[in-house]
Amino acid sequence: MSTNHNSSDESGVSRRGFLKGMGVGTVSTGVLSNASLHEARAAEPGVKGPGDTAIVLKINGKNKQLNIEPRVTLLDALRNRLDLTGPKKVCDRGTCGACTVLVDGDPMYACSLLAVEAQGREITTVEGLGTPEKMNAVQEAFIDRDAQQCGFCTPGFVTACSAFVRDNPNASVDEVKNGLGGNLCRCGTYAGMVLAASDAAKEKGSA
Amino acid sequence: MNPFEYVAPSDLREASSLLGSRWGQTEVLAGGTDLVTSLKQGITKPKRLVSLKNIPELKRIQVKKNTVRIGAMVTLRDLAANATIQEEFPALVTAIDGIGSSQIINAGTVAGDLCQRPRCWYFRNGFGLLAEDNGDSLVRTGDNRYHAIFGNDGRALFVNASSLAPALIALQAEISIVGAAGREREINAGDLFQAPNNGEDREVALRANEIVSEIKLPRENMQNASYEVRHRHGLDWPYATASVALKIRSGIAREASVVLGHVAPTPWPAVAASNLLNGARVDASLAEAVGEAAARGAKPLSGNAYKVQMVKTAVKRALLAAANA
Ligand SMILES: Cc1cc2nc3c(=O)[nH]c(=O)nc-3n(C[C@H](O)[C@H](O)[C@H](O)COP(=O)(O)OP(=O)(O)OC[C@H]3O[C@@H](n4cnc5c(N)ncnc54)[C@H](O)[C@@H]3O)c2cc1C
Ligand code: FES
Ligand code: FES
Repeated sequence: MSTNHNSSDESGVSRRGFLKGMGVGTVSTGVLSNASLHEARAAEPGVKGPGDTAIVLKINGKNKQLNIEPRVTLLDALRNRLDLTGPKKVCDRGTCGACTVLVDGDPMYACSLLAVEAQGREITTVEGLGTPEKMNAVQEAFIDRDAQQCGFCTPGFVTACSAFVRDNPNASVDEVKNGLGGNLCRCGTYAGMVLAASDAAKEKGSA
Repeated sequence: MNPFEYVAPSDLREASSLLGSRWGQTEVLAGGTDLVTSLKQGITKPKRLVSLKNIPELKRIQVKKNTVRIGAMVTLRDLAANATIQEEFPALVTAIDGIGSSQIINAGTVAGDLCQRPRCWYFRNGFGLLAEDNGDSLVRTGDNRYHAIFGNDGRALFVNASSLAPALIALQAEISIVGAAGREREINAGDLFQAPNNGEDREVALRANEIVSEIKLPRENMQNASYEVRHRHGLDWPYATASVALKIRSGIAREASVVLGHVAPTPWPAVAASNLLNGARVDASLAEAVGEAAARGAKPLSGNAYKVQMVKTAVKRALLAAANA
């Protein structure tokens, strides 16, 4: 990846263009250098970054304050800044599910969501679903069914599965397979996971 | 990933004014499921992202008497879960279900699906939309198994990746766009897409500071269906899809539209197939013939002739599904 992000040829957001758009008269044209960037920002409330910006994330019920660049993904913020390493980084491009977290209760890929975008939403990681002492039904079922081999995909599966079982307590085997289609297991422990999901669903359904 | 500014205005016009006038300066951020990956891959290096997440009007589905109006930021999940969409537009529901990942469907938006960048592996590895190296097409000389079999006479050989687009085009949807100084325009869904012939243009026919605001679906009682041929269920894109919309009166097809996906740089209206269908009696043998007509004129590259048969089958099955509805 090129590192010359300050070079003029590929950047070229002109301050004039922005200000014109804002209906603020004409100013000198120029590439958005770091200096003009600050000025432009003064004219444009709400523009954050590219350096650190203060954000608050609500994670597993607690508010966490962070200073991060807008380019940091939620996954990197969780793992590298908040020491929540349950969500795993595998593909880092939305194609495996290892990084799955719940956002307002719905599974999403934390690698494909910027941390700044997650402000104001309830984030739940696998750590927030249960503890070793007090697991949720899906976590328990994964252990009972020995539904992992290397275990690297497991936090993502458990998280996605917890939401699925909550929403589909009477799911059939085919529905479980479809419902967990956004997660991939390199070790191929799907059979155990389908059993675990069915167990957990039954528990929910009868609860 | 390069650093960038971030802004999330609450007003659509303000959002457009915060965008640069040239592609690549700034990008619109919706659910991020495609854009965040593009940023990591360095295929775009904007100075600023303008997020649409704080603009409430973009998140609404409005069911009116003659149209369904779908805000650009409606998630794929909310669209597929809408009762009117389920009842009247199964072609859209099939397209969304096919994506197969609850995580993508929860985060991904309707406009994001339409405007997602192509999956061409040369493009994704930094060779640009035209995938050329010193003027030579890497696609023509290289591995082109997932590339275009239609519309590939020019320099663009990638396929449009949207599963929703063919269905929306078959259903005669219109797209509202807001640009500089709040200027609004409306286009047919098909006109959102183009096959670029130079290194500057994008595959969407938008200006860099334009934002898709709404999709308008006419409620015309069209029977409709989509059919996809895929390798993996979930975490991948289809090889070929077909969407069909039509009216059937006393067994005869009217106002039929057949649109293919994932086979050309744009969603691909199968005009000969639609013409053959119109005025004809819909049955299994007609479906077969319409599939054949849809595939006529295909020009496979060295490694993707397999898609021709998939087009025939997808069209046949989409038509039969629409007719049985
Ligand atoms: C593993 C995987 C499998 C997938 N399979 C399929 C599939 O089978 N079929 C399919 O159709 N899709 C598939 N997708 C793509 C997915 O549907 C898109 O990533 C998603 O819909 C994009 O929506 P978003 O809101 O996240 O967009 P973003 O990632 O935020 O944006 C995507 C692009 O659209 C632009 N954009 C977004 N909103 C607007 C707007 N309102 N106006 C102008 N420009 C805008 C952005 O600037 C960006 O260039 C798949 C994705 C993944 C990761
Ligand atoms: S790491 Fe996020 S989907 Fe693979
Ligand atoms: S247990 Fe190893 S990847 Fe799933």
